Amino acid sequence: MSVSSATTEVVDPVPGAAAPHLPEQPDLVQLLTPEGERVEHPDYSIDVSAEELRDLYRDLVLVRRWDVEATALQRQGELGIWASLLGQEAAQIGAGRALQDGDVAFPTYREHGVAWTRGVDPLHVISLFRGVDNGGWDPVATAFNLYTVVIGAQCLHATGYAMGLQRDGAEHAALAFLGDGATSQGEVNEAMIWAASFSAPVVFFCQNNQYAISVPLERQTRVPLYQRAAGFGFPGVRVDGNDVLAVLAVTRAALAAAREGQGPTFIEAFTYRMGAHTTSDDPTRYRLASELEEWKLRDPIARVKAHLSRSGVADAAFFDSVEAEADELAKRIRTGTVEMPDPPGTAMFDQVYAEQTPPLAAQQAQFEAYQASFEGSEH
Amino acid sequence: MTLRQFKLPDVGEGLTDGEILQWLVAVGDTVTVNQPLCEVETAKAAVELPSPYAGTVTELLFEAGTTVDVGTPIITIDDGADAPAPAPVPAPAAAGAGTDGSEEPAAGLIGGAAPGGRTAVLVGYGPRTTEARRRPRRGGPPPARPAATPGADYGSGGHDRPPLLATAPDMTVKPVRHGGLEVGRQAEAHAAAEEAATALGAAPGRGRLRPLAKPPVRKLAKDLGVDLAALTGSGAGGVITREDVTAAAAGPAPVAAPAAAAPAPVAAAAAGERIPVKGVRKATAAAMVASAFTAPHVTEFLTVDVTRMMKLRQRIAARPEFAGVKVSPLLFVAKALLLAARRHPMVNSSWDEAAQEIVVHGQVNLGIAAATPRGLVVPNVKDAGRLSLPELATALAELTETARAGRTAPGDMAGGTITITNVGVFGVDTGTPILNPGESAILAFGAVREMPWVHKGKVRVRQVTQLALSFDHRIVDGELGSRFLADVGALLSDPGTALAF
Repeated sequence: MSVSSATTEVVDPVPGAAAPHLPEQPDLVQLLTPEGERVEHPDYSIDVSAEELRDLYRDLVLVRRWDVEATALQRQGELGIWASLLGQEAAQIGAGRALQDGDVAFPTYREHGVAWTRGVDPLHVISLFRGVDNGGWDPVATAFNLYTVVIGAQCLHATGYAMGLQRDGAEHAALAFLGDGATSQGEVNEAMIWAASFSAPVVFFCQNNQYAISVPLERQTRVPLYQRAAGFGFPGVRVDGNDVLAVLAVTRAALAAAREGQGPTFIEAFTYRMGAHTTSDDPTRYRLASELEEWKLRDPIARVKAHLSRSGVADAAFFDSVEAEADELAKRIRTGTVEMPDPPGTAMFDQVYAEQTPPLAAQQAQFEAYQASFEGSEH
Repeated sequence: MTLRQFKLPDVGEGLTDGEILQWLVAVGDTVTVNQPLCEVETAKAAVELPSPYAGTVTELLFEAGTTVDVGTPIITIDDGADAPAPAPVPAPAAAGAGTDGSEEPAAGLIGGAAPGGRTAVLVGYGPRTTEARRRPRRGGPPPARPAATPGADYGSGGHDRPPLLATAPDMTVKPVRHGGLEVGRQAEAHAAAEEAATALGAAPGRGRLRPLAKPPVRKLAKDLGVDLAALTGSGAGGVITREDVTAAAAGPAPVAAPAAAAPAPVAAAAAGERIPVKGVRKATAAAMVASAFTAPHVTEFLTVDVTRMMKLRQRIAARPEFAGVKVSPLLFVAKALLLAARRHPMVNSSWDEAAQEIVVHGQVNLGIAAATPRGLVVPNVKDAGRLSLPELATALAELTETARAGRTAPGDMAGGTITITNVGVFGVDTGTPILNPGESAILAFGAVREMPWVHKGKVRVRQVTQLALSFDHRIVDGELGSRFLADVGALLSDPGTALAF
């Protein structure tokens, strides 16, 4: 088979609906095709200015550059692990930019793009993966909760928070992030039952990146994930997760509905994890390179760039300036990471409880004595 | 100029080493930050390592194919900055796996071999094979046991009842957690102690249906043959402790004491050796485990008078076309097997689990198990059934020589369809061979010995050998296996039978 014929074959007639293992692919909300063409959708529309479009592009590029630099830093021994968002930039930027003041996001451990939209310093995220702290940002000031590594647990936090908002009479919403694998978790299902029962102002934003580490989607579900929402009693919608405009439009609508008291929505952002699950994972062991090549044709950034240049909204100078900015960001991340001071070994005792307990104080004293028993432990 | 060294990082949470698969740069190359330097395979994945420095490569400290410990410098890059001369380069030390990792056929696959002697797994690190390194401790007495530290001892001081929630656990047994189970056990013991205290004259630990002791202590008592019911517990609430059990085991038998003091030299002598599993050993182990637990093996034995074959061997060896060729008994066994396999093609087949088919091979690729200095290898003679006897003799000789020289190419080991293992060369009578994975029969050829044998109605000294045939019972039934083995035996005891085949 020649390369060219392979290319024409993999561009599927229904853009974005590439999950050959699922029996029937439902329509997904799309406003910008992989080729960069603006299309309309009967239920979701968006009106973005040229400035907003350029900003979205900038977000996407900078976040990807951050991600690439962090992956390289891990390979150089500077980070313990890194969970790459490669391929999921549009889903995260679109969702993050849909948040308004007063809304709170509850991320997993991969929402670097959402963190970016909340103004979290990349170095504050990286410090977590370097093992320096538990996440350096202020979750209250940024309205971006700390990363949750326990799969799906943040859905309960978000639902609880949303129920609190409801009781406060506040017209805000909670945005819970989860992955396709998390939909099999008990917590997620419990959260959705509670959210439905109380019409809690929470939006469940599921990035279906097709794999729960190595487990493909067809092992998680027999129906498209968004259809699960019907069983809980709230609407579910599937959106092209690589289309930043569609994600923005759908998430805005869902958050608006939540703020207005219409209860939760489940959003399935249909996307693809182009990298490994984390730097400790080797995806070549469980998926085919051809699948990745297929998804590269739906790259979330390429379509925005194509649209920007084709519609004349941005010129080469703009793209160059974004590249230069990305290089600067990468440099800042690299320098900042390498120069991060190591925390003292006793720092782990500091934030176990709000007030330290006598047993913990005793443990700390023991630990300090133990540390001091080693040669060369002056620092 | 400043020479910067890049140390092999832990690219996957807890890895201890990695194998450098290939270098992507050479000495003298100019590199930029994040330019890939080399490809490294770990127990988890093969990854490219990007350069943390920009500059000129001045030294590659390891050759491709070397397994390197995490934290060891692998490359030196001159970043061009002005600085004093660098510290001397520490002598690079390759890790145990050495440079022969290329022999591991399944390397890198899940469940297969992985560098450092681990088993490749998808998530997690695989079983550890290395020992933890410890930092040197300062001189002086070791610090006191944490459990004895006052202040950490909550609620248990001076009471003979167990507290409801102990935090000063029996450290020799296990740490106490504030989990439901432990709380429940503590409450149980507490209640039992209350009960015991009110029962008149009842000593703690006695008069119960079941003496109080933790499961590990019960296990210890069982192992040492100590009757718990006969003991008085010294622990809180009359609970029998580990010390009670060991004291009971040692107390009445003072003979045990000198025995316990003596064994130091014995232990030193018997300390033995730990050999990392790698290379051929590892491949063999994986193949044998795969075969033994996949194919249901049946082994049949046959004792054969091979006197005529041995005489024929001498006559044949004298023929001009066999000049310079080794005519071994193995050659005749191989020929007999080939002839018998032609009659019973099903023994020369494979089980295809995925396709649910039995693959009957069109040709016989005859494997010969060869002992080499590096371990067992099974090269095979391709399409051995088409070879004449001199050709077969030459092929067998070349095969075993190549194997013993350690030069067997992977292609020579692939595609075997049936195997002979010549255990007789070690003076052994017979064995129960394990199938070469993917094959359905293997023939063990034992030593040829002079034995008393009934020949033409009289006991004579004859040359006798034993054959053992293991076969995959999924494909080969007892009848077929027996007929095949009997045919091989008939050909060896009376080589003229070949004319009838």
